[in-house]
Amino acid sequence: MIAALALENITCTFVSPERRQQRYTAVKGASLTVAPGEFVSVVGPTGCGKTTLLNVAAGLLAPSSGSVRIHGEPLEGVNARAGYLFQSEALMPWRSAFGNVVAGLEFRGVAPREAAGSANDWLRRVGLAGFGDRYPHQLSGGMRKRVSLAQTLILDPEILLMDEPFAALDVQTRQLMENELLELWSADRKSVVFITHDLEEAISLSDRVVVLSAGPETRPIGEYRIDLPRPRDVSEIRLSPRFIEIHAEIWHAMKDEVLKGYAQQRQ
Amino acid sequence: MRSSGNSASLRAWQVLVLVGILAVWHVGTSPTLLPPLYFDDPHKAAFFFGEPLTVLSRIWNWLYGGEIYRHLWVTLVETVLAFAIGTLSGLAIGIWLALAPVASAVLDPYIKGLNAMPRLILAPIFFVWFGLGIASKVAIGVTLVFFIVFFNVYQGVREVSPVVLANARMLGASPRQLLRHVYLPSAMSWVFASLHNSVGLAFVGAVVGEYLGSSEGVGYLILQAEGTFDINTVFAGIVVLTAFALVLDWMVTLAEDRLMVWQPRSGETERI
Repeated sequence: MIAALALENITCTFVSPERRQQRYTAVKGASLTVAPGEFVSVVGPTGCGKTTLLNVAAGLLAPSSGSVRIHGEPLEGVNARAGYLFQSEALMPWRSAFGNVVAGLEFRGVAPREAAGSANDWLRRVGLAGFGDRYPHQLSGGMRKRVSLAQTLILDPEILLMDEPFAALDVQTRQLMENELLELWSADRKSVVFITHDLEEAISLSDRVVVLSAGPETRPIGEYRIDLPRPRDVSEIRLSPRFIEIHAEIWHAMKDEVLKGYAQQRQ
Repeated sequence: MRSSGNSASLRAWQVLVLVGILAVWHVGTSPTLLPPLYFDDPHKAAFFFGEPLTVLSRIWNWLYGGEIYRHLWVTLVETVLAFAIGTLSGLAIGIWLALAPVASAVLDPYIKGLNAMPRLILAPIFFVWFGLGIASKVAIGVTLVFFIVFFNVYQGVREVSPVVLANARMLGASPRQLLRHVYLPSAMSWVFASLHNSVGLAFVGAVVGEYLGSSEGVGYLILQAEGTFDINTVFAGIVVLTAFALVLDWMVTLAEDRLMVWQPRSGETERI
Protein backbone atom coordinates (compact mmCIF):
# COMPACT_ATOMS: atom_id res chain seq x y z
CA MET A 1 0.00 0.00 0.00
CA ILE A 2 1.29 3.47 -0.90
CA ALA A 3 1.47 5.84 2.06
CA ALA A 4 -0.82 8.87 1.91
CA LEU A 5 1.98 10.96 3.32
CA ALA A 6 5.65 10.01 3.49
CA LEU A 7 8.33 12.26 4.97
CA GLU A 8 11.73 10.75 4.20
CA ASN A 9 14.87 11.76 6.01
CA ILE A 10 13.78 15.37 6.50
CA THR A 11 16.33 17.88 7.81
CA CYS A 12 15.45 21.54 8.38
CA THR A 13 18.23 23.99 9.17
CA PHE A 14 17.33 27.62 9.72
CA VAL A 15 19.89 30.32 9.03
CA SER A 16 19.67 33.66 10.81
CA PRO A 17 19.17 36.37 8.18
CA GLU A 18 21.49 38.78 10.04
CA ARG A 19 24.37 36.48 10.89
CA ARG A 20 24.71 33.71 8.35
CA GLN A 21 26.98 31.61 10.59
CA GLN A 22 24.22 31.30 13.15
CA ARG A 23 22.33 28.12 12.32
CA TYR A 24 19.67 26.14 14.04
CA THR A 25 18.79 22.62 12.99
CA ALA A 26 15.24 22.09 14.16
CA VAL A 27 14.66 18.68 12.60
CA LYS A 28 17.31 16.16 11.55
CA GLY A 29 16.84 12.96 9.59
CA ALA A 30 13.17 12.62 10.50
CA SER A 31 10.99 10.11 8.68
CA LEU A 32 7.26 9.66 9.09
CA THR A 33 4.69 7.77 7.05
CA VAL A 34 0.94 7.91 7.35
CA ALA A 35 -1.24 5.26 5.71
CA PRO A 36 -4.51 6.20 3.98
CA GLY A 37 -7.23 6.60 6.59
CA GLU A 38 -4.80 6.45 9.49
CA PHE A 39 -4.94 8.85 12.45
CA VAL A 40 -1.38 9.52 13.61
CA SER A 41 -0.48 11.75 16.53
CA VAL A 42 2.95 13.27 16.93
CA VAL A 43 3.93 14.13 20.48
CA GLY A 44 7.07 15.70 21.83
CA PRO A 45 8.33 18.23 24.33
CA THR A 46 7.62 21.91 23.64
CA GLY A 47 9.89 23.58 21.13
CA CYS A 48 10.98 20.32 19.53
CA GLY A 49 10.12 21.19 15.94
CA LYS A 50 6.72 19.53 15.64
CA THR A 51 5.28 22.50 13.76
CA THR A 52 8.32 22.58 11.48
CA LEU A 53 7.66 19.00 10.49
CA LEU A 54 3.99 19.76 9.81
CA ASN A 55 4.85 22.83 7.73
CA VAL A 56 7.11 20.64 5.61
CA ALA A 57 4.25 18.20 5.06
CA ALA A 58 1.98 21.11 4.12
CA GLY A 59 4.49 22.40 1.58
CA LEU A 60 4.66 25.76 3.40
CA LEU A 61 8.31 25.11 4.25
CA ALA A 62 10.88 23.52 1.95
CA PRO A 63 13.16 21.11 3.86
CA SER A 64 16.95 21.59 3.70
CA SER A 65 17.20 17.97 2.64
CA GLY A 66 14.93 14.95 2.37
CA SER A 67 11.79 14.37 0.37
CA VAL A 68 8.04 14.57 0.84
CA ARG A 69 5.77 12.19 -1.06
CA ILE A 70 2.02 12.51 -1.23
CA HIS A 71 0.44 9.25 -2.41
CA GLY A 72 3.80 8.41 -3.96
CA GLU A 73 4.22 11.68 -5.84
CA PRO A 74 6.92 14.16 -4.80
CA LEU A 75 5.46 17.33 -3.30
CA GLU A 76 6.05 20.62 -5.07
CA GLY A 77 4.84 23.90 -3.64
CA VAL A 78 1.84 24.03 -1.35
CA ASN A 79 0.26 20.65 -0.67
CA ALA A 80 -3.09 20.96 -2.46
CA ARG A 81 -4.29 17.56 -1.23
CA ALA A 82 -3.93 18.51 2.43
CA GLY A 83 -5.97 20.66 4.79
CA TYR A 84 -4.20 22.45 7.63
CA LEU A 85 -5.71 23.36 10.97
CA PHE A 86 -3.46 25.93 12.63
CA GLN A 87 -2.66 26.33 16.29
CA SER A 88 -3.34 30.07 16.41
CA GLU A 89 -6.12 32.14 14.90
CA ALA A 90 -6.11 31.59 11.15
CA LEU A 91 -9.54 32.85 10.13
CA MET A 92 -9.74 35.96 7.99
CA PRO A 93 -11.11 38.52 10.47
CA TRP A 94 -12.70 40.58 7.67
CA ARG A 95 -14.87 37.67 6.55
CA SER A 96 -17.93 36.37 8.35
CA ALA A 97 -18.05 32.74 9.50
CA PHE A 98 -19.84 31.89 6.25
CA GLY A 99 -17.30 33.89 4.21
CA ASN A 100 -14.47 32.00 5.88
CA VAL A 101 -16.00 28.57 5.32
CA VAL A 102 -16.79 29.31 1.68
CA ALA A 103 -13.35 30.85 0.99
CA GLY A 104 -11.62 27.69 -0.24
CA LEU A 105 -14.39 26.89 -2.72
CA GLU A 106 -14.36 30.52 -3.87
CA PHE A 107 -10.58 30.36 -4.46
CA ARG A 108 -11.12 27.19 -6.49
CA GLY A 109 -13.73 28.87 -8.67
CA VAL A 110 -16.71 26.76 -7.60
CA ALA A 111 -20.04 28.29 -8.71
CA PRO A 112 -21.28 30.68 -5.98
CA ARG A 113 -24.67 28.99 -5.52
CA GLU A 114 -23.16 25.54 -5.14
CA ALA A 115 -20.42 26.87 -2.84
CA ALA A 116 -22.98 28.65 -0.64
CA GLY A 117 -25.05 25.48 -0.29
CA SER A 118 -22.01 23.48 0.71
CA ALA A 119 -20.83 26.16 3.17
CA ASN A 120 -24.20 26.32 4.88
CA ASP A 121 -24.21 22.54 5.09
CA TRP A 122 -20.79 22.54 6.76
CA LEU A 123 -21.74 25.31 9.17
CA ARG A 124 -24.66 23.10 10.21
CA ARG A 125 -22.43 20.03 10.55
CA VAL A 126 -20.10 21.83 12.97
CA GLY A 127 -23.10 23.14 14.91
CA LEU A 128 -22.96 26.75 13.76
CA ALA A 129 -26.14 27.04 11.67
CA GLY A 130 -27.44 30.56 12.24
CA PHE A 131 -23.99 31.92 13.06
CA GLY A 132 -22.91 32.36 9.44
CA ASP A 133 -23.11 36.15 9.46
CA ARG A 134 -21.00 36.57 12.60
CA TYR A 135 -17.46 37.85 12.31
CA PRO A 136 -14.67 35.91 14.03
CA HIS A 137 -14.34 38.44 16.86
CA GLN A 138 -18.01 37.90 17.67
CA LEU A 139 -17.51 34.14 18.16
CA SER A 140 -16.06 32.28 21.13
CA GLY A 141 -12.75 30.43 20.87
CA GLY A 142 -14.48 27.06 20.45
CA MET A 143 -16.79 28.41 17.76
CA ARG A 144 -13.84 29.86 15.88
CA LYS A 145 -12.16 26.45 15.95
CA ARG A 146 -15.35 24.91 14.52
CA VAL A 147 -15.35 27.49 11.74
CA SER A 148 -11.70 26.60 11.03
CA LEU A 149 -12.60 22.93 10.97
CA ALA A 150 -15.47 23.52 8.53
CA GLN A 151 -13.26 25.80 6.45
CA THR A 152 -10.71 23.01 6.08
CA LEU A 153 -13.04 20.03 5.69
CA ILE A 154 -15.31 21.68 3.09
CA LEU A 155 -12.48 21.17 0.56
CA ASP A 156 -12.52 17.44 1.32
CA PRO A 157 -8.73 17.12 1.72
CA GLU A 158 -7.25 13.63 1.56
CA ILE A 159 -4.81 14.49 4.35
CA LEU A 160 -5.61 16.54 7.42
CA LEU A 161 -2.72 18.27 9.17
CA MET A 162 -3.55 19.54 12.64
CA ASP A 163 -1.17 21.61 14.76
CA GLU A 164 -2.32 21.56 18.39
CA PRO A 165 -5.68 22.84 17.15
CA PHE A 166 -7.40 22.64 20.52
CA ALA A 167 -4.51 23.78 22.72
CA ALA A 168 -6.05 27.19 23.39
CA LEU A 169 -9.44 25.83 24.45
CA ASP A 170 -10.64 25.09 27.96
CA VAL A 171 -10.76 21.43 29.02
CA GLN A 172 -14.51 20.89 28.57
CA THR A 173 -14.71 22.56 25.16
CA ARG A 174 -11.62 20.68 24.17
CA GLN A 175 -13.10 17.26 24.92
CA LEU A 176 -16.28 18.18 23.06
CA MET A 177 -14.22 19.27 20.06
CA GLU A 178 -12.16 16.08 20.20
CA ASN A 179 -15.30 13.97 20.11
CA GLU A 180 -16.68 16.03 17.24
CA LEU A 181 -13.42 15.61 15.38
CA LEU A 182 -13.53 11.83 15.82
CA GLU A 183 -17.13 11.77 14.62
CA LEU A 184 -16.34 13.82 11.50
CA TRP A 185 -13.24 11.76 10.87
CA SER A 186 -14.99 8.40 11.18
CA ALA A 187 -17.50 9.49 8.50
CA ASP A 188 -14.88 9.45 5.73
CA ARG A 189 -11.57 8.34 7.31
CA LYS A 190 -9.04 10.86 6.09
CA SER A 191 -5.37 10.48 6.85
CA VAL A 192 -4.63 12.68 9.84
CA VAL A 193 -1.41 14.00 11.32
CA PHE A 194 -2.26 15.44 14.71
CA ILE A 195 0.44 17.40 16.52
CA THR A 196 0.09 17.81 20.26
CA HIS A 197 2.14 18.02 23.42
CA ASP A 198 -0.69 16.39 25.35
CA LEU A 199 -0.09 12.64 25.52
CA GLU A 200 -3.63 11.87 26.72
CA GLU A 201 -5.13 13.72 23.78
CA ALA A 202 -2.80 11.85 21.43
CA ILE A 203 -3.68 8.40 22.76
CA SER A 204 -7.42 8.96 22.96
CA LEU A 205 -7.66 10.14 19.34
CA SER A 206 -5.10 8.11 17.41
CA ASP A 207 -4.34 4.81 15.74
CA ARG A 208 -0.64 5.42 16.24
CA VAL A 209 1.44 7.78 18.39
CA VAL A 210 4.89 8.93 17.27
CA VAL A 211 7.18 10.35 19.94
CA LEU A 212 9.77 12.96 18.97
CA SER A 213 13.04 13.64 20.74
CA ALA A 214 13.76 16.99 22.36
CA GLY A 215 15.07 19.67 19.99
CA PRO A 216 17.31 20.71 18.37
CA GLU A 217 17.89 18.03 15.73
CA THR A 218 14.56 16.44 16.49
CA ARG A 219 13.73 13.00 15.13
CA PRO A 220 11.17 10.32 15.98
CA ILE A 221 12.37 8.06 18.78
CA GLY A 222 9.41 5.75 19.21
CA GLU A 223 6.15 4.55 17.69
CA TYR A 224 3.22 3.10 19.56
CA ARG A 225 0.16 1.46 18.04
CA ILE A 226 -2.99 2.33 19.97
CA ASP A 227 -5.27 -0.73 19.99
CA LEU A 228 -8.17 0.88 21.83
CA PRO A 229 -11.54 0.02 20.24
CA ARG A 230 -13.46 2.57 18.16
CA PRO A 231 -15.77 4.42 18.25
CA ARG A 232 -14.29 6.13 21.27
CA ASP A 233 -15.50 8.76 23.67
CA VAL A 234 -12.43 10.75 24.63
CA SER A 235 -13.51 11.51 28.17
CA GLU A 236 -14.54 7.91 28.96
CA ILE A 237 -11.67 6.12 27.28
CA ARG A 238 -9.18 7.93 29.50
CA LEU A 239 -10.45 5.84 32.41
CA SER A 240 -10.03 2.43 30.77
CA PRO A 241 -7.21 0.19 32.12
CA ARG A 242 -5.70 -0.35 28.66
CA PHE A 243 -5.46 3.43 28.15
CA ILE A 244 -3.60 3.82 31.44
CA GLU A 245 -1.27 0.98 30.48
CA ILE A 246 -0.42 2.57 27.10
CA HIS A 247 -0.06 5.97 28.71
CA ALA A 248 2.44 4.63 31.25
CA GLU A 249 4.42 2.89 28.52
CA ILE A 250 4.74 5.95 26.28
CA TRP A 251 5.28 8.34 29.15
CA HIS A 252 8.17 6.19 30.37
CA ALA A 253 9.84 6.59 26.96
CA MET A 254 9.02 10.29 26.71
CA LYS A 255 10.01 11.42 30.17
CA ASP A 256 13.73 11.70 29.51
CA GLU A 257 13.11 13.78 26.38
CA VAL A 258 10.70 16.08 28.17
CA LEU A 259 13.23 16.66 30.95
CA LYS A 260 15.94 17.25 28.35
CA GLY A 261 13.78 19.81 26.55
CA TYR A 262 12.91 21.48 29.83
CA ALA A 263 16.57 21.70 30.82
CA GLN A 264 17.45 23.26 27.47
CA GLN A 265 14.79 25.90 27.78
CA ARG A 266 15.96 26.87 31.24
CA GLN A 267 19.47 27.58 30.07
CA MET B 1 -31.69 55.73 28.57
CA ARG B 2 -28.79 57.14 30.51
CA SER B 3 -26.46 57.18 27.55
CA SER B 4 -28.91 59.05 25.32
CA GLY B 5 -29.43 61.60 28.09
CA ASN B 6 -25.65 61.96 28.32
CA SER B 7 -25.26 62.52 24.60
CA ALA B 8 -28.01 65.17 24.62
CA SER B 9 -26.32 67.09 27.43
CA LEU B 10 -22.98 66.63 25.66
CA ARG B 11 -24.45 68.26 22.53
CA ALA B 12 -25.81 71.09 24.67
CA TRP B 13 -22.36 71.69 26.14
CA GLN B 14 -20.75 71.63 22.70
CA VAL B 15 -23.21 74.25 21.41
CA LEU B 16 -22.65 76.30 24.56
CA VAL B 17 -18.89 76.41 23.91
CA LEU B 18 -19.55 77.71 20.39
CA VAL B 19 -22.01 80.32 21.66
CA GLY B 20 -19.50 81.37 24.32
CA ILE B 21 -16.72 81.84 21.78
CA LEU B 22 -19.00 83.84 19.49
CA ALA B 23 -20.20 85.97 22.39
CA VAL B 24 -16.66 86.80 23.56
CA TRP B 25 -15.70 87.53 19.97
CA HIS B 26 -18.71 89.79 19.49
CA VAL B 27 -18.29 91.70 22.75
CA GLY B 28 -14.55 92.07 22.29
CA THR B 29 -14.71 93.49 18.79
CA SER B 30 -17.85 95.63 18.98
CA PRO B 31 -16.88 99.34 19.06
CA THR B 32 -19.58 100.24 21.60
CA LEU B 33 -19.97 97.38 24.06
CA LEU B 34 -16.61 97.68 25.84
CA PRO B 35 -14.55 100.74 26.63
CA PRO B 36 -11.32 100.75 24.55
CA LEU B 37 -8.79 98.89 26.69
CA TYR B 38 -5.96 98.15 24.33
CA PHE B 39 -6.63 99.97 21.06
CA ASP B 40 -6.85 103.76 20.99
CA ASP B 41 -9.49 103.65 18.20
CA PRO B 42 -12.63 101.62 19.13
CA HIS B 43 -12.87 100.29 15.55
CA LYS B 44 -9.38 98.79 15.53
CA ALA B 45 -10.40 95.56 17.26
CA ALA B 46 -12.94 94.88 14.53
CA PHE B 47 -10.32 95.71 11.93
CA PHE B 48 -7.91 93.08 13.22
CA PHE B 49 -10.30 90.37 14.43
CA GLY B 50 -13.44 90.89 12.35
CA GLU B 51 -16.95 90.80 13.72
CA PRO B 52 -18.91 87.57 13.99
CA LEU B 53 -22.15 89.09 12.76
CA THR B 54 -20.47 90.56 9.69
CA VAL B 55 -18.74 87.24 9.03
CA LEU B 56 -22.09 85.42 9.24
CA SER B 57 -23.77 87.94 6.94
CA ARG B 58 -20.85 87.56 4.50
CA ILE B 59 -21.36 83.79 4.44
CA TRP B 60 -25.08 84.29 4.05
CA ASN B 61 -24.52 86.66 1.12
CA TRP B 62 -22.18 84.16 -0.51
CA LEU B 63 -24.58 81.29 -0.17
CA TYR B 64 -27.64 83.36 -1.05
CA GLY B 65 -26.03 85.43 -3.80
CA GLY B 66 -24.39 82.36 -5.31
CA GLU B 67 -20.98 84.00 -5.69
CA ILE B 68 -19.25 81.34 -3.60
CA TYR B 69 -20.38 78.24 -5.45
CA ARG B 70 -18.01 78.57 -8.38
CA HIS B 71 -15.02 78.97 -6.05
CA LEU B 72 -16.19 76.30 -3.68
CA TRP B 73 -16.66 73.91 -6.57
CA VAL B 74 -13.10 74.48 -7.79
CA THR B 75 -11.65 73.95 -4.32
CA LEU B 76 -13.72 70.83 -3.76
CA VAL B 77 -12.76 69.36 -7.14
CA GLU B 78 -9.08 69.97 -6.35
CA THR B 79 -9.44 68.43 -2.90
CA VAL B 80 -11.36 65.37 -4.03
CA LEU B 81 -9.03 64.73 -6.98
CA ALA B 82 -5.94 65.11 -4.78
CA PHE B 83 -7.50 62.83 -2.18
CA ALA B 84 -8.52 60.15 -4.71
CA ILE B 85 -5.30 60.17 -6.73
CA GLY B 86 -3.10 60.34 -3.61
CA THR B 87 -4.96 57.53 -1.88
CA LEU B 88 -5.07 55.20 -4.89
CA SER B 89 -1.42 55.72 -5.80
CA GLY B 90 -0.38 55.37 -2.14
CA LEU B 91 -2.37 52.14 -1.96
CA ALA B 92 -0.92 50.71 -5.18
CA ILE B 93 2.71 51.63 -4.53
CA GLY B 94 2.45 50.74 -0.85
CA ILE B 95 1.27 47.23 -1.69
CA TRP B 96 3.83 46.84 -4.44
CA LEU B 97 6.81 47.86 -2.29
CA ALA B 98 5.61 45.85 0.70
CA LEU B 99 5.51 42.73 -1.49
CA ALA B 100 8.78 43.45 -3.34
CA PRO B 101 11.55 43.51 -0.72
CA VAL B 102 14.35 44.20 -3.20
CA ALA B 103 12.63 47.22 -4.78
CA SER B 104 11.69 48.48 -1.34
CA ALA B 105 15.30 48.17 -0.09
CA VAL B 106 16.61 50.03 -3.14
CA LEU B 107 14.06 52.84 -2.94
CA ASP B 108 14.09 53.15 0.85
CA PRO B 109 16.44 56.19 1.19
CA TYR B 110 14.59 58.07 -1.56
CA ILE B 111 11.22 57.51 0.04
CA LYS B 112 12.55 58.62 3.39
CA GLY B 113 14.05 61.72 1.73
CA LEU B 114 10.85 62.62 -0.13
CA ASN B 115 8.86 62.18 3.05
CA ALA B 116 11.22 64.34 5.10
CA MET B 117 11.19 67.10 2.48
CA PRO B 118 8.79 70.01 3.15
CA ARG B 119 6.79 69.18 0.04
CA LEU B 120 4.96 72.50 -0.24
CA ILE B 121 8.17 73.93 -1.69
CA LEU B 122 7.38 71.87 -4.78
CA ALA B 123 4.51 74.29 -5.50
CA PRO B 124 6.54 76.63 -7.76
CA ILE B 125 7.70 73.63 -9.81
CA PHE B 126 4.14 72.37 -10.16
CA PHE B 127 3.02 75.84 -11.28
CA VAL B 128 5.65 75.72 -14.02
CA TRP B 129 4.73 72.18 -15.03
CA PHE B 130 0.96 72.28 -14.75
CA GLY B 131 0.10 75.99 -14.98
CA LEU B 132 -2.05 77.98 -12.59
CA GLY B 133 -5.23 75.91 -13.07
CA ILE B 134 -6.61 72.98 -11.12
CA ALA B 135 -3.84 70.52 -12.03
CA SER B 136 -1.08 72.22 -10.04
CA LYS B 137 -3.23 72.30 -6.87
CA VAL B 138 -4.12 68.65 -7.30
CA ALA B 139 -0.41 67.85 -7.64
CA ILE B 140 0.39 69.64 -4.37
CA GLY B 141 -2.43 67.82 -2.58
CA VAL B 142 -1.30 64.47 -4.00
CA THR B 143 2.25 64.89 -2.67
CA LEU B 144 0.78 65.49 0.79
CA VAL B 145 -1.79 62.68 0.76
CA PHE B 146 0.34 60.07 -0.98
CA PHE B 147 2.94 59.59 1.74
CA ILE B 148 0.44 59.25 4.57
CA VAL B 149 -1.49 56.54 2.76
CA PHE B 150 1.66 54.94 1.40
CA PHE B 151 3.32 54.46 4.79
CA ASN B 152 0.13 53.11 6.32
CA VAL B 153 -0.46 50.61 3.53
CA TYR B 154 3.18 49.54 3.58
CA GLN B 155 2.94 48.88 7.31
CA GLY B 156 -0.47 47.22 6.95
CA VAL B 157 0.68 44.75 4.31
CA ARG B 158 3.84 43.87 6.21
CA GLU B 159 1.87 43.16 9.36
CA VAL B 160 -0.52 40.70 7.75
CA SER B 161 -0.74 37.77 10.12
CA PRO B 162 1.55 35.03 8.71
CA VAL B 163 -0.89 32.39 9.94
CA VAL B 164 -3.85 33.94 8.11
CA LEU B 165 -1.65 34.12 5.03
CA ALA B 166 -0.51 30.50 5.32
CA ASN B 167 -4.10 29.42 5.89
CA ALA B 168 -5.30 31.20 2.75
CA ARG B 169 -2.51 29.54 0.79
CA MET B 170 -3.49 26.13 2.12
CA LEU B 171 -7.07 26.87 1.08
CA GLY B 172 -5.77 27.23 -2.46
CA ALA B 173 -5.55 31.01 -2.94
CA SER B 174 -3.45 32.09 -5.94
CA PRO B 175 -1.06 35.05 -5.51
CA ARG B 176 -3.70 37.26 -7.09
CA GLN B 177 -6.38 35.99 -4.71
CA LEU B 178 -4.02 36.50 -1.77
CA LEU B 179 -3.69 40.13 -2.80
CA ARG B 180 -7.42 40.59 -3.19
CA HIS B 181 -8.62 38.61 -0.19
CA VAL B 182 -5.80 38.87 2.35
CA TYR B 183 -3.36 41.73 1.76
CA LEU B 184 -5.91 44.34 0.66
CA PRO B 185 -8.48 43.83 3.43
CA SER B 186 -5.72 43.68 6.00
CA ALA B 187 -4.21 46.93 4.71
CA MET B 188 -7.60 48.64 4.58
CA SER B 189 -7.87 49.08 8.33
CA TRP B 190 -4.56 50.94 8.25
CA VAL B 191 -5.67 52.95 5.23
CA PHE B 192 -8.85 54.11 6.93
CA ALA B 193 -6.90 55.18 9.98
CA SER B 194 -4.92 57.46 7.67
CA LEU B 195 -7.80 58.77 5.54
CA HIS B 196 -9.01 61.26 8.13
CA ASN B 197 -5.57 62.85 8.09
CA SER B 198 -5.44 62.70 4.31
CA VAL B 199 -8.74 64.56 3.79
CA GLY B 200 -7.45 67.47 5.84
CA LEU B 201 -4.16 67.52 3.97
CA ALA B 202 -5.87 67.34 0.57
CA PHE B 203 -7.68 70.53 1.60
CA VAL B 204 -4.42 72.09 2.73
CA GLY B 205 -2.85 71.31 -0.67
CA ALA B 206 -5.77 72.83 -2.57
CA VAL B 207 -6.07 76.00 -0.51
CA VAL B 208 -2.34 76.68 -0.20
CA GLY B 209 -2.02 76.13 -3.95
CA GLU B 210 -4.78 78.65 -4.60
CA TYR B 211 -3.19 81.00 -2.15
CA LEU B 212 0.12 80.89 -3.98
CA GLY B 213 -1.32 81.53 -7.41
CA SER B 214 -4.76 81.11 -8.93
CA SER B 215 -7.75 82.93 -10.35
CA GLU B 216 -10.52 80.98 -8.64
CA GLY B 217 -11.22 78.89 -5.55
CA VAL B 218 -11.86 79.69 -1.90
CA GLY B 219 -8.15 80.20 -1.29
CA TYR B 220 -8.21 82.82 -4.05
CA LEU B 221 -11.20 84.54 -2.38
CA ILE B 222 -9.32 84.66 0.91
CA LEU B 223 -6.23 86.03 -0.79
CA GLN B 224 -8.30 88.78 -2.49
CA ALA B 225 -9.93 89.76 0.79
CA GLU B 226 -6.59 89.84 2.54
CA GLY B 227 -5.31 92.17 -0.17
CA THR B 228 -7.96 94.73 0.78
CA PHE B 229 -7.64 94.10 4.55
CA ASP B 230 -11.17 92.68 4.59
CA ILE B 231 -10.65 90.46 7.61
CA ASN B 232 -14.35 89.51 7.81
CA THR B 233 -14.23 87.85 4.39
CA VAL B 234 -11.05 85.99 5.36
CA PHE B 235 -12.84 84.57 8.41
CA ALA B 236 -15.90 83.76 6.32
CA GLY B 237 -13.71 81.79 3.90
CA ILE B 238 -12.09 79.91 6.78
CA VAL B 239 -15.48 78.98 8.23
CA VAL B 240 -16.79 77.73 4.87
CA LEU B 241 -13.64 75.64 4.29
CA THR B 242 -13.81 74.16 7.78
CA ALA B 243 -17.45 73.20 7.26
CA PHE B 244 -16.64 71.39 4.05
CA ALA B 245 -13.62 69.67 5.55
CA LEU B 246 -15.93 68.37 8.28
CA VAL B 247 -18.39 67.11 5.65
CA LEU B 248 -15.64 65.22 3.81
CA ASP B 249 -14.34 63.78 7.09
CA TRP B 250 -17.85 62.65 7.96
CA MET B 251 -18.13 60.91 4.56
CA VAL B 252 -14.89 59.04 5.29
CA THR B 253 -16.35 57.98 8.63
CA LEU B 254 -19.49 56.71 6.87
CA ALA B 255 -17.43 54.67 4.41
CA GLU B 256 -15.32 53.36 7.29
CA ASP B 257 -18.39 52.24 9.22
CA ARG B 258 -19.72 50.40 6.19
CA LEU B 259 -16.47 48.71 5.15
CA MET B 260 -14.99 47.98 8.55
CA VAL B 261 -17.92 46.18 10.17
CA TRP B 262 -15.66 43.21 10.83
CA GLN B 263 -13.46 45.09 13.25
CA PRO B 264 -14.04 44.50 16.93
CA ARG B 265 -15.04 47.59 18.87
CA SER B 266 -14.80 47.99 22.55
CA GLY B 267 -18.04 48.12 24.49
CA GLU B 268 -20.31 46.22 22.19
CA THR B 269 -22.62 45.15 24.98
CA GLU B 270 -26.07 46.61 25.06
CA ARG B 271 -27.68 47.92 28.23
CA ILE B 272 -31.20 46.62 28.61
